[in-house]
Amino acid sequence: MISQVFILSSQGDHLIYKDCILMHYSQENSLDLYLKLVGITILLSVQCPQRNKNLNFIHVRHSGLYWVVSTKDNPSPFTIIEFLNRLAALTKDYCGSLSEKSVRMNFALIYELLDEMVDYGYIQTTSTDILKNFIQTEAVTSKPFSLFDLSNVGLFGAETQQSKVAPSAAASRPIVASHGEQVRKNEIFVDVVERLSVVIGSNGVLMKADVEGEIRVKCYLPTCSEMRIGLNEEFSIGKSQLRGYGAAVRVDECSFHQAVKLDEFDTYRILKVCPSQGEQTLMQYQLSDELPCAPPFRLFPTVEKDYGSRLLIFLKLRCDLPPKSVAINVSVTVPVPKGSLSLSQELSSPEQSAELQPRSKAVLWTIPRFPGGAQLSAVFKVTLGFNAHGLYSVRSASLLEVGPISMSFELPKYTCTGLQVRFLRLSPTQPGLSQRWVRYVTHSDSYTIRI
Amino acid sequence: MPYLGCEETVKELKRALSNPNIQADRLRYRSYITRVIRSMTQGLDVSALFMDMVKASATVDVVQKKLVYLYMCTYASHKPDLALLAINTLRKDCADPNPMVRGLALRNMCNFRMPGITEYIQQPILTGLRDKASYVRRVAVLGCAKMHSLRPSTEIDPSIVNELYALLRDPDPVVMVNCLRALEEILREEGGVVINKPIAHHLLNRLKDLDSWAQSEVLIFLMRYRPRGDDELFDVLSLLDEFLQSVHTPVMAATLRLFLRLAAAHPAVQADALLRARGPLLAACGSASRELRFAGLCHVQQVLRSQPALYSGQYKRFFCGYSEPGYIKLRKMEILVELVNDENVVLVLEELKSYCTDVSPELAQAAIAAIGHIGRTYTEKCLDILTGLLALQQEHVTSAVIRTFRDLVWFCPQSIGAVCRAVEVCGENPQDTEGKQALLWLLGMHGEQISSAPYVLEGFIDGIKAELSSAVKTELLTAALKLFLCRPAETQDMLGRLLHYCIDEESDMCVRDRALLYYRLLQCGVDEARKILLGPESDPSMTVLAGRPEEPVGCWASGFNTLGPLAGADAHPDAPPADSSAQHCHSTEEEVVSKPPCQACPESAGAAEGPRNTGDSQEEPGLTLGPPLSHEAFERLWVELRVLHRQTLGFPPPAAPPETLQAVLQLVKVQALAFSRCEARPWKAYVCARAGSTLVLAELLHGDPAVPDSQDALLLSVKQRPENLQAIRGFVSVLHNALQTLSSDRT
Repeated sequence: MISQVFILSSQGDHLIYKDCILMHYSQENSLDLYLKLVGITILLSVQCPQRNKNLNFIHVRHSGLYWVVSTKDNPSPFTIIEFLNRLAALTKDYCGSLSEKSVRMNFALIYELLDEMVDYGYIQTTSTDILKNFIQTEAVTSKPFSLFDLSNVGLFGAETQQSKVAPSAAASRPIVASHGEQVRKNEIFVDVVERLSVVIGSNGVLMKADVEGEIRVKCYLPTCSEMRIGLNEEFSIGKSQLRGYGAAVRVDECSFHQAVKLDEFDTYRILKVCPSQGEQTLMQYQLSDELPCAPPFRLFPTVEKDYGSRLLIFLKLRCDLPPKSVAINVSVTVPVPKGSLSLSQELSSPEQSAELQPRSKAVLWTIPRFPGGAQLSAVFKVTLGFNAHGLYSVRSASLLEVGPISMSFELPKYTCTGLQVRFLRLSPTQPGLSQRWVRYVTHSDSYTIRI
Repeated sequence: MPYLGCEETVKELKRALSNPNIQADRLRYRSYITRVIRSMTQGLDVSALFMDMVKASATVDVVQKKLVYLYMCTYASHKPDLALLAINTLRKDCADPNPMVRGLALRNMCNFRMPGITEYIQQPILTGLRDKASYVRRVAVLGCAKMHSLRPSTEIDPSIVNELYALLRDPDPVVMVNCLRALEEILREEGGVVINKPIAHHLLNRLKDLDSWAQSEVLIFLMRYRPRGDDELFDVLSLLDEFLQSVHTPVMAATLRLFLRLAAAHPAVQADALLRARGPLLAACGSASRELRFAGLCHVQQVLRSQPALYSGQYKRFFCGYSEPGYIKLRKMEILVELVNDENVVLVLEELKSYCTDVSPELAQAAIAAIGHIGRTYTEKCLDILTGLLALQQEHVTSAVIRTFRDLVWFCPQSIGAVCRAVEVCGENPQDTEGKQALLWLLGMHGEQISSAPYVLEGFIDGIKAELSSAVKTELLTAALKLFLCRPAETQDMLGRLLHYCIDEESDMCVRDRALLYYRLLQCGVDEARKILLGPESDPSMTVLAGRPEEPVGCWASGFNTLGPLAGADAHPDAPPADSSAQHCHSTEEEVVSKPPCQACPESAGAAEGPRNTGDSQEEPGLTLGPPLSHEAFERLWVELRVLHRQTLGFPPPAAPPETLQAVLQLVKVQALAFSRCEARPWKAYVCARAGSTLVLAELLHGDPAVPDSQDALLLSVKQRPENLQAIRGFVSVLHNALQTLSSDRT
């Protein structure tokens, strides 16, 4: 049973406060005590539940905001955390985007949402299908209406082909169209999102490779009877099962949303679902250890002592993606010895950059765009300073401090498992304009290369 | 965030709200009301506007209504007389043809927090219970609970309770779950809603229609139900089976908990359930939401307590991602330590080694400690890594490695040689208190194998004036004396200087007394000192106990899917708020007492020498020693409390002398307060113990002519505060075993 719900800004201001049960808690008494206990600056690093007197506080973080619940009981942590995540997701669906500004502007809407979601501390419903009947307030968006957006869609819309690109901001608008808007965009987005975590050993051997993927649907259609999503026919689950003659698309485990009908899944790999408005995760899958393709990046590092107090780090980075794909926002973090003072670097192109992060003692090398098949190299010369004991020349031990190297990147239009959406059909076909988009992206959850 | 000049804001809003022009313009009127709510959220006192807001509530605009109701619920308790004015509008809305308006009005009317409101809401609630719209019924059912909480002292209305039980059959699933919740609140005094066989089966059959929130809540309610016989049990379990692999983590966790509880008598079923829930639980550990990940990891730790091998194959899933926050990394390291086996040890150690150079000293030290922990089983591999880390020459790493060395030497005597060589070549001394103490302990204990020991000690002794910590000084004294006993020629001079300084100039009494003690000990002769000071070099009992014993599932199952596992080892000392909704007085589960891992310290040597019946002491609900109870406090409590449990133990009192008796009781964590002499009649003893959050007091009586039961056997009377029958049972069996062992030893 939930006693209070708060949404706090990153500075600790109350954006939303709802007291769910009829207790005479004053707002200050409980939350401020909590903040005093935790300290808003420390809140960043503090783990989930906090106990304060006889109230338990549980918070999650989303988009720089703290979503806090207090409760007097000893509830299931999973329920509360999932509820807060769902609240954040719904707020995002209804307000378009999630930020301190959008929460401030739409506070009346969020109160209305909370009012329908929680009564007397008990979760009533969080499904958009039911909520949409009760939510009356219109969302206020900060983005002014621009004609350019419309023309953009007019140029590309209508078909779901991978080559056509959905405007990047298209999916960040409120699901309920305001009455003022003339053209209601009937769009549906199907996103295949994978998170990749990889550890590559010092000898270049792949030690661990995990992929956690999901198929997400974001639906703006006011009514939608049934949608059929066709996946690769070669898609197989588990180790033993193999299908088709092409390269198998295999996952270890796979789970589906309750609403997904699977009667055609076994034979044709078709998911049938009636999506409700807003964002939903239809399918989640995991793959461990056996990637069907090479890991996207290979690194060939050399670390040497230079004369005096300098350390030379040569990095050769190869992108093993197929030539058509491209990695964006690549950043490579190289931990360097704690006594490092300054850095000079030689990079192969001007758009790349590298800097020494003074706090975390690491070199951050950023590459905005990295096409598949390409190879980049960089030389970092790190000057070490003095330590507490006097002269800090380069010892062989300081070489130990270099590494492990971690990378973060984004691979648009690419999935590691090879999962593809063959087709996306709405039935019966929507009368008006309906646009269907399929997007693929792979994020690096954690990509570590040991030296 | 109160603004300066907030009064002006209130005045301005008041002017605007009472302006007829604005009232006529729907959108402008609403925007001013929005501003009132915004000020309210920011902590401004806008209760002065109550009258204007009451006027604004009489509107057809639902959005405006909702905003005004929000305002009214907040301030109704401040202005009860004005709130009564709003009641009329609300009651009128309760009869509105639109179900949404009806539900809205009823919900908000029930949320008014003011005395006397109940007489106005009773009738609308009763009508609402029979409303044809499920939305209104949902609100009305919870309204019953709200009404009860507004006047908790009054009698429970049986007609409402009956009506709510009848509504459990409502076609709307949310109405059904709300009924459970409302009954639970209303009947809290009587032990909550009763789940009998028809209700339980009804709930089980409806489970599929519910949404995930309702499912997980109903599963928690079902924890109360005990199926009759195995046939029914397995029927229930097979109905629940599919939920064990639900995509929704809360449903999965609640089902698993219910499984563990229902199948308490079938360990094989429990093990199977844990195996089937492994996939979903691992998925939670890899979830995109960090908080969910953390909760998942904490629950995996619980499962590992009884099934360490269950996740061994999946150890790679617990490798830390570099961008993960520290609290997740720490948990993952703890789990990795548990998962180590012969096949994966090399890879796990390699992974842990890469964390040792982490930027955060806390994480680096935790990784080193984890390696040390694995070192108790795989000593050689870990020693190589730890020795290699010393070359980094970083203070926090060196300190953690030295501390780990100390623990390792204590548990694994075979590592002494390698550790001594490593300490010998270590160029840098730790700078923090803990690290210094550990280094000094090593130097004192194994000084004869570390050739540089006297020089290192000399450095410490020369710097003693600058040393702040008295614990380090005490350790330094001990180390110097021990080193003197094995290497007198090199150490005599510096020991003299140290004792001189500590006795003459030291201001800390503890250090001074320790120095005086050692000085006098040396006066008695070197052999005396050696006999007293040199104890065992490692823990002899630990070599026998390889690894942690597997605990039965029941130890942690009751805390599963609650906040308990998340609190972890650094749990608050006071007990968590009682889980009143799930485990009532008819709960027979054991209290979960977090047992901190046995600190490796030389002082525990004494305790380990006594007789140890390790087998069953693990099973008892943990008795803990805690701060000793004073005799006065015991006496006061003994007079105050009543006897909860009385039983005869089938043997005469132990004939052992009181000291032995006290030592034995200390071993089983029972504090002895007073004994009669062995041959006295009547013989009496008073003891006490702590179990979880309760304090157990007991009297043992033998041969009292006034009490017939005590003539030929011991009579045990137990008092307790607060009451916990489970703890008493545990306590009695511990005491029974201990005393029986003593009596049988004699014969």
